Amino acid sequence: MKHLLSIAQLSQAEIEAILDRAESFAEVGRRDIKKVPTLRGRTVATLFYEASTRTSSSFELAAKRLSADLVSVKAAGSSVDKGESLKDTVATLSAYEPAVIVIRHPHAGAAQLVADWSDAAVVNAGDGKHEHPSQALLDVYTLRRQMGALEGKRIWIVGDVLHSRVARSNLIAFREMGAEITVCGPPALIPRGLEQLGCAVTHSLDDLGEADVVYALRLQRERMRESFVPSLREYATHFQIDGRRLGPRQLLMHPGPVNRGVELSAEVIDSPQSLIAEQVASGLVVRMAILYELLAAGDEGSAPASGDDASRPTPIGQPA
Amino acid sequence: MSAAQLDMRPGETPDVVLRGASVLDPAAGIEGQHDVVVREGRIAELASPGSAALDGAEEVDAAGLHAFPAFFDPHVHLRVPGQEHKEDIETGTRSAAAGGFCGVIAMANTEPPVSAPADIDSLREAARAAASVKVGFLATVSEGMRGEELTEMAALREAGALGFSDDGLPIRGTRLLRRALQYQRLCGGTIALHEEDPELSGSGVMHEGPVSALLGLDGIPSISESTMIARDAALAGYENARIHVQHLSAVESVEAVRAAKAAGVQITCEATPHHLCVTDEEVRSLDPSRFKMNPPLRSEADRQALIEGLRDGTIDCVATDHAPHAAQEKEVPFEEAAMGVTGLETAFAAVHTDLVLPGTIELSLFVERLGGGAEPFGVQRPSLAPGSEANVALCDLAAEWTVGEDGYESRSSNSWCAGRTLTGRVLMTIAGGQIAYRLRSFSMGVAA
Repeated sequence: MKHLLSIAQLSQAEIEAILDRAESFAEVGRRDIKKVPTLRGRTVATLFYEASTRTSSSFELAAKRLSADLVSVKAAGSSVDKGESLKDTVATLSAYEPAVIVIRHPHAGAAQLVADWSDAAVVNAGDGKHEHPSQALLDVYTLRRQMGALEGKRIWIVGDVLHSRVARSNLIAFREMGAEITVCGPPALIPRGLEQLGCAVTHSLDDLGEADVVYALRLQRERMRESFVPSLREYATHFQIDGRRLGPRQLLMHPGPVNRGVELSAEVIDSPQSLIAEQVASGLVVRMAILYELLAAGDEGSAPASGDDASRPTPIGQPA
Repeated sequence: MSAAQLDMRPGETPDVVLRGASVLDPAAGIEGQHDVVVREGRIAELASPGSAALDGAEEVDAAGLHAFPAFFDPHVHLRVPGQEHKEDIETGTRSAAAGGFCGVIAMANTEPPVSAPADIDSLREAARAAASVKVGFLATVSEGMRGEELTEMAALREAGALGFSDDGLPIRGTRLLRRALQYQRLCGGTIALHEEDPELSGSGVMHEGPVSALLGLDGIPSISESTMIARDAALAGYENARIHVQHLSAVESVEAVRAAKAAGVQITCEATPHHLCVTDEEVRSLDPSRFKMNPPLRSEADRQALIEGLRDGTIDCVATDHAPHAAQEKEVPFEEAAMGVTGLETAFAAVHTDLVLPGTIELSLFVERLGGGAEPFGVQRPSLAPGSEANVALCDLAAEWTVGEDGYESRSSNSWCAGRTLTGRVLMTIAGGQIAYRLRSFSMGVAA
C-alpha cells in the first residue's frame, strides 16, 4: 500500500490484513511499555485544515506509539491563514522529508493532490464529503471484534448521508466485507443516485428492526437553514435513534461527535449496545496499523539491512 | 439587423493552390477531389486535381488531405480585458487558428464586463492589432452582468457588438430578460443565454447523479438548465425575439429546445465537444483541470441525447466554450477550482476521434455543424464555394497526435483532452485570406 486515499482501493483481504495488524497493536497496548520502535527515525506530518478531535489525536498518538517523529500543522494559525495554497504548503512540509503525510481537508480530492505533489505516503484523514477511509477501517475493526465476520449482516446507516464522508467510506467498506446496507434519512439528505452504489434507500425507520447494526450520522444544526429538514424537532421525531426504536440485540455506532437529543437519544448513547467508546479506542490501533502498512509492512521478512541504517523500521514486538 | 462586424489583424493574403485535396463543404453541396485555388484572399476556383495553374501561387501538396470550410466558434473566452494571465486576443486567436477556426465570438464576462460602447471600440481595435482570425464581440445584457439594468444595447450595437450575453451567469430576472428581448426589436443582436437556475445549482460543482453521490460533491441537476430554457423560450416566443442557447448539456434541455423549435420560437443552440464526447464518469479522477466546467459533464444518456440533437438539427452548431484558466486556478481541490476548459485546438480532432471515426456521426454532418455557429449571430457561414472569402481548414484525418505534448497555442493548458492521443489534425488554416496557422512540421511546397 503506497497511500491510503480511498477505502475503495482496498480489497476484503487487504482490509483484513490491516485489521489483523491492528489486533497485534492492541496486544502491545496491554503492555506496560506501549511504545514500539518500528518507525524510529521516520517523520509523520499531520496537516489538518478542519477541526478534528478523534482523528488528529489518534493519528498523532499512533505515530508516537510507533516512535516516529511528529510534525502537526493546523490550518488555523499557520501560513494557510495567510493564503498559502495547498500545493505550496505541501512543498514546505516536504522539506522535512516526511515519510507520511496525514491530511484532513474540507474539499474532495485534496489527499490525492498531496500524493501527486509529494514523495511521502499519504493518508486521507477526511477530504470534504468524499471519503474517510481510516474511519471505515476502525468501524469494520470494531464490528469484527463484536460480531465476527460481517458477511450477510444487515447494517443501517441513518441520517445526513449527503454531507457525510463517513457514510460514503463505510458504505463501501461494509459492502466489501459482505454486509447488506440500507441507507435511511430525509429525502433531501440522501444523494440522488445513491442506490446505484449498491444499497437500499428508505426514508422511514419502520423496518429498522431488521438491522444487526445501526450506524447513526451526525446532523449538523445548520442544515435547517438550507431547508434540508424543517426543524430539529421534526428530524428527531422521524429519524432519532432512541430506546423505543433500538432493539436489545442491535448494535449502535456513531462516528462522533454526537448531537445528544438529535440523531441519538441519551439513553442509547449510554446503553450497553453502544459501541461509540469502542470506536474511539479502535481508532488508535487501526491508525497504528495503517502507518505500519504504509511504512514497514514491505520490509517484513526481508534480510536485515547491512550497516547501521537507523531509518530502517524495526519489526513489531521488539522493545524500544 | 446591421451587418455583422468582425475584426482581425490585416495582413498578406498569399495566393495558394491546395493541390488535389478532398474538398468537403456540405452546406455548399461540395464534395470531391479538387485543386483549391486561393487568389487575392478569395476562393478563386475549385479545379480538377492537378489542373490548376500556379501563376506564382504557393503550391501545397494536399493529396490525401481534407479541405473544409474553416470552422466558426460562437463561444470563446478571450479574457480581455482584465484576465490576460489566462489568455489574450493574440494567444486566443492563435489557439483558434490552430484548431481550424477562421472566426470566433468572444464572450463579455471579462473584468470588468464588456458593458459600454467604448469597451467594444477598444476590443475591436485590439483585434485589428493582434487577432490572427476574425473576432466578433458580444456585450453584456445587463450592466456589469449584475442582472439589474440593461446595457445601452443600441449604442453597443452601433459600436459593433455582434449580440448580447451575460454568459458565465444566467439572467435570473424574467422582467430584465423580457425587456432585453423587447429592445432587440430596436437594435437587433441575438441574445445568447447561459441557462441555469442558480437556486437549483446552488453550490454544485458537477452533474448530480450517482458519480456525485459517490464523490460527495454537490450536484448541479439537469433541470437547473432545462427549466430555464423552457422559461426563456416561452419569453422569446411571446416577444417574437431571437435567442441562442449556449452549451446544452442535458437530455431535458435538448427536449426543451426541440419543443420550442417545433412551436416556432426563433431559437438556436450549441453543444460543446466535451459534452458530446465525455461524461461525468471522468470526474471520478477529481481532475478539475480537465473535467470541471459549467455546465458540467453529464450522464451517458445526456451525451446520447446531445448527439441525437446534433444529428436531427435541434442543435445547430458545435461551440467550444473555450475557457482558459491559469495553472494556479486549477491546481487546487476540485471544489475550489475554476470552472472551464480550453477546447479550440482539439475541437475537430476530439469529435473526429470519438464520434466520426466510430461511425456515430457523419463527417459531413460534423463539418456542417462546425460552421453552424455563424448564422445565429448574423455572420456569413464560411464557404468553399468559388467567390467566397478564403476560409479553409486543411486537415489530415489520419494523423495521430498527443494533446499537450508540444504545448499549446493558448496561454493556458487546462485542455479537457490533455494527454489524450487523437486522430485527425489541422495542418493549416486560412482565415480571411491570410495564412493564420501552419503546423510546424507541415512544410509548404516550393513556389513555382
